[in-house]
This record gives sequence, structure tokens and C-alpha cells, in this order.
Amino acid sequence: MAEKLKLQEVEVWDGNMAFAQAMRQAQIDVVAAYPITPSTPTVHGYAKFLSDGYIDGEFVLVESEHAAMSGCVGAAAAGGRVATATSSQGFALMIEVLYQASGMRLPIVLGLVNRALASPLNVNGDHSDMYLGRDAGWIMIDAFNAQEAYDLMLMGFKIGEDLSVRLPVIINQDGFITSHTAQNVKPLSDDTAYNFIGDYKEVNPMLDFAKPITYGAQTEEDWHFEFKARQHKALMDSSKVISDVFEEFKSLTNREYKRVESYLMDDAEVAIVALGSTVESAVQAAKDLRKNRGIKAGVVATRVIRPFPIKEVAEALKNVKAIATLDRSAPGGTMGMLFNEISAALYQSESRPVISNYIYGLGGRDMTQADIKEVYADIVKNAKAGKLVTPLQQFSGLRGPKLSFFN
Amino acid sequence: MSKIIKNLKQFSTSNDRFEGAHLLCPGCAHSIIVRELLNCTDDNLVIANATGCLEVCTAVYPHTSWDASWIHIGFENAATAASGAEAMYKTLQRKGRLKDPDKPVKFVAFGGDGATYDIGFQFLSGAVERGHNFTYVCLDNEVYANTGGQRSSSTPRGASTATTPAGRVSYGKKRYKKDMVAIMAAHGAPYVAQVAPNKWKDMVKKYQKALATEGPVYINAMSACTTEWKFPSDKTIDVSDMGTDSLVFPLYEIENGTKLTITYRPKNIIPVRDYLGVQGRFKHLFKKENEHVIEEMQKAVDEKWELLQRREEAGV
Repeated sequence: MAEKLKLQEVEVWDGNMAFAQAMRQAQIDVVAAYPITPSTPTVHGYAKFLSDGYIDGEFVLVESEHAAMSGCVGAAAAGGRVATATSSQGFALMIEVLYQASGMRLPIVLGLVNRALASPLNVNGDHSDMYLGRDAGWIMIDAFNAQEAYDLMLMGFKIGEDLSVRLPVIINQDGFITSHTAQNVKPLSDDTAYNFIGDYKEVNPMLDFAKPITYGAQTEEDWHFEFKARQHKALMDSSKVISDVFEEFKSLTNREYKRVESYLMDDAEVAIVALGSTVESAVQAAKDLRKNRGIKAGVVATRVIRPFPIKEVAEALKNVKAIATLDRSAPGGTMGMLFNEISAALYQSESRPVISNYIYGLGGRDMTQADIKEVYADIVKNAKAGKLVTPLQQFSGLRGPKLSFFN
Repeated sequence: MSKIIKNLKQFSTSNDRFEGAHLLCPGCAHSIIVRELLNCTDDNLVIANATGCLEVCTAVYPHTSWDASWIHIGFENAATAASGAEAMYKTLQRKGRLKDPDKPVKFVAFGGDGATYDIGFQFLSGAVERGHNFTYVCLDNEVYANTGGQRSSSTPRGASTATTPAGRVSYGKKRYKKDMVAIMAAHGAPYVAQVAPNKWKDMVKKYQKALATEGPVYINAMSACTTEWKFPSDKTIDVSDMGTDSLVFPLYEIENGTKLTITYRPKNIIPVRDYLGVQGRFKHLFKKENEHVIEEMQKAVDEKWELLQRREEAGV
């Protein structure tokens, strides 16, 4: 049996340590992992816990991220709790197997410390890797700080392993800004954390030889469609379980999570929609603008990225006049993902706020308070005009001449 | 637990965990190689299968040919799937969560030569280096048979394939086959061996040794491919006999990286030319301008056989 760790009421952890501690408390049976910046310290932390006897699962040190996820799939199909962590290029390398993990309905948890994708090579935080995985059939949840990274990592196991879900889960956090910044984190005790998640519930384990199972069969045009439809339905239906787990966590810790987070939105007339640590920055800027400029600014964040909370996000934004969607990923020849998805959500609603799109922070470029206030200033103009008077898409924080599209 | 199998009758009446109902070509050697492995033991089996002929022909939903736990992830990662499952087994054993803790479990991976020599090379290397307790069997038919017969790094020199077709100015593949047995032995794997389905007793013996070995094992199995080697589907064993008797596929094993033992010495060694002559993939080599390739192949086979014998004698 693994030794338990006595934790302080408030610990000072960075986001990686928050991930590593939650993974330790979950008593994972197999972790297969490969090093990459900036998620490496998650794996270092986990390795040290193992060396000190706080973990009694297997730690498989594979030769690539593709193998990391392949090992996770083999282990999860054998029947037990499985997790890994990665970033960026490593995540890109494991993409093939991400689809196989979700297709086989294996509740693997992946801590994704978000980082830019090359080329040019860049180790800093943006959401390119997060966006790359968004059609892979995984539940995707975003943590905006270290406390949330810890909490959501614990909840990730409970959500994915729920018998009505059985899907893999990605917990995102921002590279460096969250992953490497020491913050106050209030952990649960080892027992409370483990009991919250519960024992792993096996479904069709390969190690049950009384009932041999075939994983990864071939289906062509006769069955493939039905499998993928059921998988999509399971992902869509997981919303309820996610909300229930958030609720249960709240009753345990008094920390509240929602699939769509709203800040200062009660009377907001303009809103920024963002992800990651930028959410906290935007809330800070909104508070300042409210206090000093009288601008009714608010912030909305899609805590859960998959399944995308279409109705909830439309509800959260229904009373605003103008919205800026902030995408931290190069959109590759179209609008940013948040712009597209928020627009789609609102198109079905009664209200039609003016929406514009900002590409920002690529490769770790800071999104400053001044940058965010400039965005708010733009959407205040749109709100007053009742129509789009700023570019539909523009880059924020870019050096050199202004860059915008669909003017 | 190894089964005692002394003769073909015992073998043919043995319990089938690999069902006869599958979609492999008539005359495909894969099924012989696979069935012998599954039937040589009574232990529980977890099988990982790389994408390829064996995989697409044995697990087409809603059917399966496998009366054993089986997983297919992708083309390249059968060794890693087995690694993950084996790691889970170790954890559950330690935590006392195995359903039947007293019955031994063996982990086996099957991959074709494309999955083994090429796309899955790194994954196999990693799994062997990590020392997982598993047996990897390469079904070596020297070609990407499932995708229509393209060259792999196992394809022998001179073979005409879909991507190295013999033509007006080409005699087919230019490069020699990669020596995977040597590469796996160089990893320090406790046991590596080459087998052929025509020498089934030798094959079963090696399988049983493999499954009894603690740590990673690599078995390279010659798998004559009626479709891509281009011979009649009732000649699989005959062609395989010519493969082992010409020493193109010598049968031997290497223990702990060095101790090499030749396990089959043909009474009458036949010329490589005779082995090539029964296969359509080498037909063009018999043109006058390509005859030199046959001579070069014979020379390479002779040199390899000499090396194997010297290594056996020297015990290195």
C-alpha cells in the first residue's frame, strides 16, 4: 500500500504540482508518460512520489508520446485507472491514439499543459494544442489557475469513469502562466480526495479471462457510423454527469464550478469570452473598467470545451450587446474556434449580440491589461452602434502594423 | 503451463483459442503461426495485434476469431499496447485486484514485418528496452501485404513489389533485408528466435521457451504469402520448406544477446535459386541481365550461414 502524505490546509503549488498531487491522490494504476516542456514537472513530481513510496501503481517510461497514449490504451483496456500528461508537439504526436482511446471508450485522464505548436518552435503557452484535440472525442475541461487544475484533475477521473460516460478526459491548464507559477492551493486530504473519486469500476477488462474481449475491431460502412453516433451521444450526454460531479465537489469543498463560468455578467452590456489564465486577466480588467470608467463589462468562459455547452453559453450571453471572443490559437484561415462556436450558439437564440474575434497571445505573448481594455473599448463601440464597426477579426498584442480581416 | 504436444494428432485436436473462421487468404501461413502459439499453452493470454492482414481478417465486427483477450490499437504500437496491459497486470497483482491471481497470464504481440521492421520499430525497441514480460511475434511475409504489396525494410533484395516493381531498368528492390533478429538480440532481450511454420515442432518448442522466459522475447516467423510471393495457395508448406532448406530463413535462437544455437540443419541444402524459382515475385531475376542478383543473394545467404555457425561454435 502506498504511504499517505499529510498536506497543509493551504499548499503553495504551481499547476504542474497541482496535477501531480491530484494524480497521486487518485491512486492511478498505470501512468505511461514522456517528457515535454512545460508539462514535464507533472511527471517529475509523480516520479518523486513513486520513488518515495507514495504511489504503488506502475509508471511506464515510454519512448514517445505516441507510445505514452498507446500504453495508456493498453493499460486501460486491461482494466484500471490510467492517466498521463503532455503538451504541444507531444500532444500532436499522440493524436492518432487519442481517437482510438475515445473510440474504445476508455476513461483515460490526460493533463494537457497548453503550449504553442511549431513551426517556428516555441515552448510557451498558447492554446494550439488544446484546439488540435477538439474533435478527438474526449471530454475537454479547462483550468484557469493551479487550484482549478488540482480540483478538475480529481474530478476528471470521476467524470470519465462514470458508468454512463466511459470517455477519456483532458484537463487543460496554461503552460508556464499556470503550470510554473506558484500559487496558493487548498488540497483535500488523501482520503477525502480518493473517496471523492472512488474505486475504479472495471468495464470489459481484458484481464477478466472468464469473458475474453476483443478491443479495436474493424467496422466498415455497416457499423462504423453507429459506433461513432453512440460515442457522440455519450459525449453529449456527459454534460449532466459533469454538472453533477461539479455539484458534488461543491458540497465537499465549497468551491463552485460550472460548465460555463460567468463573471460580472448580471448587468453586463459587453462581454469577453476567453479560456485559460486570460479569464482571470479579463475579470481584473472588467472590474477596473466598471470602477473607473463605468463600463458594464463582464466575462464568460467555457469551462467545459467538449461537450460544448451551447445552450448554457447562449444563456450566459443573451443580455449583452457586444461580445469579443478571444482565441489563443492561430486560426488557420478562418475565424477562431471560440468565435465560431459562440456565434453558432447565439445564432439559435433570440438575441443577436454583435460578435468579433481577437487572436492573441500566440507563443506566450502576454495579454496585458491594456490589451484587454482595448478590446473592451472596441466592443463598447460595437455595442453603441448596434452593429459591427470594428474588424470582424483582428490580432491583439501583435508588433508592427495592425492586422485585421473581414473589415 | 506448457502443453505437451508430441504429434500432429495431438496438435490438431488441441483446444482452439484462435478460431478457424477468419478471412485470411487460403494458404496464408499467418494462421498456422498464430494458432500454434495460442494452442501451445494453457495460460491465460492477452494479445495485442498491430494493424495488418492478421488484424483485419480476424476481428471484423460483429465477429472475432479470438477466444482470448485481444486488442488492436494501430499499425505501430502493438508492443506498446502489450506493455500497457502488462503494466496494469503488475499493478493489479501488487494491489491484490486480479480476479484469478493464481493462473499465469502471458502477454503476446503480433505484428507483420511492416508493423515490426518499419512503422513500429521504435515502439518495439522501447518495449524491449523497458523489459516488459511479453513475447513479440513478427509475422514476416516480407511485404506490406494488407495494403497491396509494397516493399518494407524486410523485403529481400531482388523482390518485385508494388513500390519496387521489376521493370525495363530495374530488378526490383535494391536493398537487403534488415536483420531484425540481430537487432533484437542486441537489445539484450533474454530470448530471440527465428521460426518457420513448416518446422512446427521447432516452432512450438521455441514458443514454449518464449512464454516461459521472464522479460521481452522476439520471435521472427517466416510467413509465406501466397498472394504477394505469388505461388499456388496449396504450396505454402512446400515453399516454406524451400525457405528453410535453402537457408534463406535459417532457424536459430539467441539467448541473452549472445548464446546462439542453430536449431535446424537441412540434410540437403538447396540452392537459393530453387527457392526463388517457385515464387512469382522473383521471376524477373531469371532474365539474363538479372542473373547476377541471384548469385549475389546466394553469396549473402552463404555468408550469413557461415556467420551463424561460427557464432554458435564460439558461443558469442
